Amino acid sequence: MLKRSKLLIVFAVLALVAAACGDDTTETTPTTSGSTATTQGTTPTTQPPDTGSSAGSGGNITLLQWQAPTALNPYLSGGTKELLASSLILEPLAEFTPEGELVPKLAAEIPTLDNGGLSSDLTSITWNLVDTVWSDGTPLTADDVVFTYEYCSTEATGCAQSSLYDGIASVVADDADTVTVTFDAPTPYPYNAYVSYQAPIIQKAQFEQCVGAAAAGCTDANFGPVGTGPYMIREFRTNDTALYDFNPNYRGNADGEPFFGEVLIKGGGDADASARSVLQLGEADYGWNLQVDPTVLADLEATGIGTIYAGFASNVERLMINQTNPDAALGDLRSEYDGGNNPHPFLTNANIVKALSKAIDRATLVDVGYKSGGTPTCNVWPAPPAQSTNNDDCLVQDIEGAKALLDAEGAVDTDGDGVREYNGTKMSVLFQTSTNAVRQSNQDLIKVWWEEIGIEVELRNIDASVFFGGDLASPDTYQKFYADIQMYTNGSGSVDPQAYMGNWVTGQIPGAADNWGGQNIQRFQSDEYDAVFAQLSAEADLTKRSELVIQLNDLLVQSGSMVPMIWRASVSAFSNEIQNQGPLNAWDSEYWNIQEWTRSS
Amino acid sequence: MGRYAVRRMLGAIPTLIVISFVIFAILDLAPGDPTGALPLTVPPDVRENIRETLGLNDPFLLSWLKWMRQMFISEPLNVIESVFGIQFGDGDRLRVISWASRGPVVDTIVERLPQTVWVLGLGFILGIIIAIPVGVVSAYKQYSIFDNVGTFVSMIGYSVPVFFTGLLAIIVFSVWLGWFPSFYDTTHRVRDWGDFVFQIKQSIMPITVLALFNAAALSRFTRSSMLDNLSEDYVRTARSKGLTENRVLMRHVLRNSLIPVTTLIALQVPGIFAGAIITETIFRINGLGSLLISSIQGADVPMVQTLTFIFAVLIVIFNLVADLIYGLLDPRIRYE
Repeated sequence: MLKRSKLLIVFAVLALVAAACGDDTTETTPTTSGSTATTQGTTPTTQPPDTGSSAGSGGNITLLQWQAPTALNPYLSGGTKELLASSLILEPLAEFTPEGELVPKLAAEIPTLDNGGLSSDLTSITWNLVDTVWSDGTPLTADDVVFTYEYCSTEATGCAQSSLYDGIASVVADDADTVTVTFDAPTPYPYNAYVSYQAPIIQKAQFEQCVGAAAAGCTDANFGPVGTGPYMIREFRTNDTALYDFNPNYRGNADGEPFFGEVLIKGGGDADASARSVLQLGEADYGWNLQVDPTVLADLEATGIGTIYAGFASNVERLMINQTNPDAALGDLRSEYDGGNNPHPFLTNANIVKALSKAIDRATLVDVGYKSGGTPTCNVWPAPPAQSTNNDDCLVQDIEGAKALLDAEGAVDTDGDGVREYNGTKMSVLFQTSTNAVRQSNQDLIKVWWEEIGIEVELRNIDASVFFGGDLASPDTYQKFYADIQMYTNGSGSVDPQAYMGNWVTGQIPGAADNWGGQNIQRFQSDEYDAVFAQLSAEADLTKRSELVIQLNDLLVQSGSMVPMIWRASVSAFSNEIQNQGPLNAWDSEYWNIQEWTRSS
Repeated sequence: MGRYAVRRMLGAIPTLIVISFVIFAILDLAPGDPTGALPLTVPPDVRENIRETLGLNDPFLLSWLKWMRQMFISEPLNVIESVFGIQFGDGDRLRVISWASRGPVVDTIVERLPQTVWVLGLGFILGIIIAIPVGVVSAYKQYSIFDNVGTFVSMIGYSVPVFFTGLLAIIVFSVWLGWFPSFYDTTHRVRDWGDFVFQIKQSIMPITVLALFNAAALSRFTRSSMLDNLSEDYVRTARSKGLTENRVLMRHVLRNSLIPVTTLIALQVPGIFAGAIITETIFRINGLGSLLISSIQGADVPMVQTLTFIFAVLIVIFNLVADLIYGLLDPRIRYE
């Protein structure tokens, strides 16, 4: 009897000890500071330097990123969530404003042809650095800028942003704060490298041992880069939380920047829970990427303690129209371009696609799925100044017009089953997209409209990680495109459309030969497009560039290989207490000006 | 008994190796790609390069053997080094690296463990503390009002899913009453009384929701086990000896009834470490459960592989523990 009760006690104690583990770790680490504003003054790291400035005096701010950052090195983890979290620490030479304007950050000014920073033959660009220091007190030098290029362009690093450093022949430090980038060929738009939160400067001293295959092993550096920005990391928990202190060596300290002494980025849950925390409970100051049913979002906003912000860049929800035949019976030739010998039986006809486009009521799609987070568009490139107005007739739904167009093309219902035939082929399409409540509701609406004009529609949705993942073994990726039509959003990584419009040249058509590596997903081929794109690649004049982009846009849309539908915004919410954040920046980090944010009390 | 335990432990090793192989094979066959979460602006050749540097294109057997070596040689050595402060070799050995964060998988798991064990462990213990008295009283006063109410409540607790009770708790206590925060701050440190109160505040909702769910099943189990024993001859003997009802119930019936209950509890312990995926997601706790689900979504194979393997090990161990406890509690059972 004694033995048994002893054992029971031992077991109970063991269970308690196991449970108390959590308690222990939370209680025995008093050296790191707490997360509330009231305790902030007690830790040496958060104490403002004795300059009499008010930097860091604003207490803490809580930012919710329901998809939490996994690392703070933007070159290794290139997702938007990681780019955002690292943009508080690391800074590029220049960045974009919400209006898409390029402004200097670590550069003294933007190098242009006029100020001589850009050579007249467009083959080199010279950046001058501002006089500033890293958060550890050492000066920022041209060597750091050169190193950043070496780090990302070394193939074994596995740099996610290496395409921004493409076409560079050399990067040379002319003196301690001047860097010259020389390109392989004349580059009319030289502002990809070192620009925006995708390509910030990293510290050579910290990452020197982390180039190439060693990159992944440098966990301390990847989880806690030293930067020049307004904040530095205090504690980073991958996929959970990032806790920052303000940088006492930040160059804006004298002007009282940044206002907040402590920033907490908290992840987890979903977009709905984030929206509720900011808009209804007021327990967080900002919620990122609130892809929430717009009606629910509007209800939450009506509480009156927070505001929804929408920022437009170049993201467009579009229908990709397969220009090749996706018939499974074709075997290896399925959705293969094959030099134009394998066309789609009816979707290569531009008027038929135009009819499909006319049948869609874009305003209703926006209303159902996006509200203030979207606006109807007919263009692949939606943003000024290169915004085309030549396709705007698609903005009004015209079912009868669509039917008339199909009739005129000879696509009529000959066997009386309610579905039209074109050249003997029944007009039935498989329409796929990624799994997402908004996309499925839009799919349903489009199906109804298309069936009204006599096109049979079969719907399919695929999990996003499979659809957008590049698994070669999977037949369900968007690159393989084993369907007639697919819907998703894409946009440009840069304010300049060149790289993005380059997606649809002939050489980018994906296929088995290059492991479906191209970006011309709909297999669009036009010699005229290729020629205009070559012109754009050589043109330096901004007005002419815009004209060429409009021309490319119109060629794409009018070819019937793509049906743009909704110009989509980034949607985030701010507490009404937060001031001076300005409009939401969709071209660069949403935290691009966090040093200017303040709180009204 | 000791020899039996050792034999079982050794027998578990091939089982675990087979389990790890099966998990690896399933993950290898599953679709999904760690570069799938990157923005579409990252071009395909860059993605291919990333996959190459992650070792994604390595042959299946090679990557499994590599993982085995990292998991069974490198990581234990690291643990020994950090615990005892001694150094083997140059200390520079391959660790299991997450494809999502590029950080060591084991470090992330260690970082996530405290909040999971704190919330789930307390939910579990609280559940036991509620369940056993309720079960005992329900059985002793069978068909009384208490028993009927207890049956009703535990049926609700058992059949209403946690994602419903969790959301309900958030709506009532966070939205309407504003008593508790709706998310859990893992960076919160307890240093004084105010911090402790906040720690309780932020964990009370998930703990309660889990405790009710655990208590529901356990109280039913305790009740039926008590009922079985109450009708035994030895109870009548004890009563005829003139023992008080209290003594009969507590010393004789309860002790015997707790044997199967204890076994059940031991079998549920691995669940504390496996995390509660739904509860953690709803209350944004970011423990091991949410780590597992986000790793699956991000196709982070090394993380999923390591987590599921650790769970498998815990399940095997606690199965053994349950068997041993059963033998210790019930002298009629002998293991040879």
